[in-house]
Amino acid sequence: MANNLKLIKNPLSKENPITVQVLGICSALAVTAQLKPAVVMALSVTVVVALSNVVVSLLRNTIPPRIRIIVQLVIVSMMVILVDQVLKAFVYEVSKQLSVFVGLIITNCIVMGRLEAFAMSHKPGVSFLDGIGNGLGYAFILITMGFIRELFGSGTLWGCQIIPQALYNIGYENNGLMIMPPMALIIVGIIIWVHRSRNKDLCEK
Amino acid sequence: MFSNKYIFVYSTILVVVAASILSIAAVVLKPFQQKNQEVEKMQQLLSSVGIASETNNAEELYNKYFTEEYGVNSEGEIVSSYIDQKQTKGSERPFKADMKKELQKVKNNDRSASLPVFVCNKDGKKNYVVPVSGAGLWGGIWGYMAVDDDLSTVVGVNFGHKSETPGLGAEITTEKFQNQFKGKQVFEGSQVKLQVKKRADKQDKYQVDAISGATITSTGVSNMIKDCLGLYIKYFETIKTDSNGK
Repeated sequence: MANNLKLIKNPLSKENPITVQVLGICSALAVTAQLKPAVVMALSVTVVVALSNVVVSLLRNTIPPRIRIIVQLVIVSMMVILVDQVLKAFVYEVSKQLSVFVGLIITNCIVMGRLEAFAMSHKPGVSFLDGIGNGLGYAFILITMGFIRELFGSGTLWGCQIIPQALYNIGYENNGLMIMPPMALIIVGIIIWVHRSRNKDLCEK
Repeated sequence: MFSNKYIFVYSTILVVVAASILSIAAVVLKPFQQKNQEVEKMQQLLSSVGIASETNNAEELYNKYFTEEYGVNSEGEIVSSYIDQKQTKGSERPFKADMKKELQKVKNNDRSASLPVFVCNKDGKKNYVVPVSGAGLWGGIWGYMAVDDDLSTVVGVNFGHKSETPGLGAEITTEKFQNQFKGKQVFEGSQVKLQVKKRADKQDKYQVDAISGATITSTGVSNMIKDCLGLYIKYFETIKTDSNGK
């Protein structure tokens, strides 16, 4: 039981897919200008990682090693198309914003990384937890970034005005750089910096 | 450990299973997706005549303002009409028509072409909204153009695109670009004269300023308006003669 809990907890901090494994950076920069797409992207990736982890883990003894990457790709792309279709049916607005990036979940290194590193050699139950854990680790960083970028870049959160008009009247302005991708990279950098300064064992010697 | 035969059979089964799951999902989810696309279309039509809408009230507002829909052929004859939520002529609801397909039909001289016109009754005045569709730099561009009851003054436009460059071609969807069209004239005599051009004269009622850095998309918008509005000339003339005769 303690081990299972670790599977969920470790990716949130010490084995975080973005800040420590440095996987999935590309999408983290692209979809975090606002909170809502960031949350939807995070949920989609979590669902895809968890489900494809389970499927690959169930099939792991039947998959011929010579074509394992192809098999994984087929499974992941099937999951991604499913997620895309569901988004189009139920949250159309968001799916339009995410359009390209949903397709890019296939190339999100977290998915293939976890399949190769974990699901191919573990049972379905623990693979599912590993998928959820890594998805949540990814979600945590995405949501933090989405929060910071939307608040300072547009003065809103989830589309609602947060920074009061009075502040704008006395000369406050939204930081335009916040909504550009370079600032996302800087924020990831800052998060990694803070994270490492609190966990000295992560620093390379 | 795994023979070639096993690998072939394994991959075949895997692909077939994956394909069937996806087909089932596509069929089951299609009605929901179509509904979303219809609502989006209603929002674009509403926005072209300057009515703001949300996803949850678009249908209601649409039914309130857009009481007449017509399908016209390139001779200007009405082939189908849908008035007050009832099909009154023809079998196809004009709302369901895809402008891109209808344009293709016109190009091929297919007589079944039915070009949609949406009539908005707002503040006792009629606005005519026609769909436009054309090519941008990377993919298709489309939109709606609303004209006043003089059938030439632009009330508003709404453009969309598939994959134009963000920050350049994609700017055609911004209010800044679309607002330029308001008050411009489309026709001079029986020709489409409205155009999008570089260094346009803002005072000229037939010119709209192009987006710098997005020449091909801007020209695309210009051609799209010319090609699509041109097809409605005969229909607009029949409306004019009808209203003068009364």
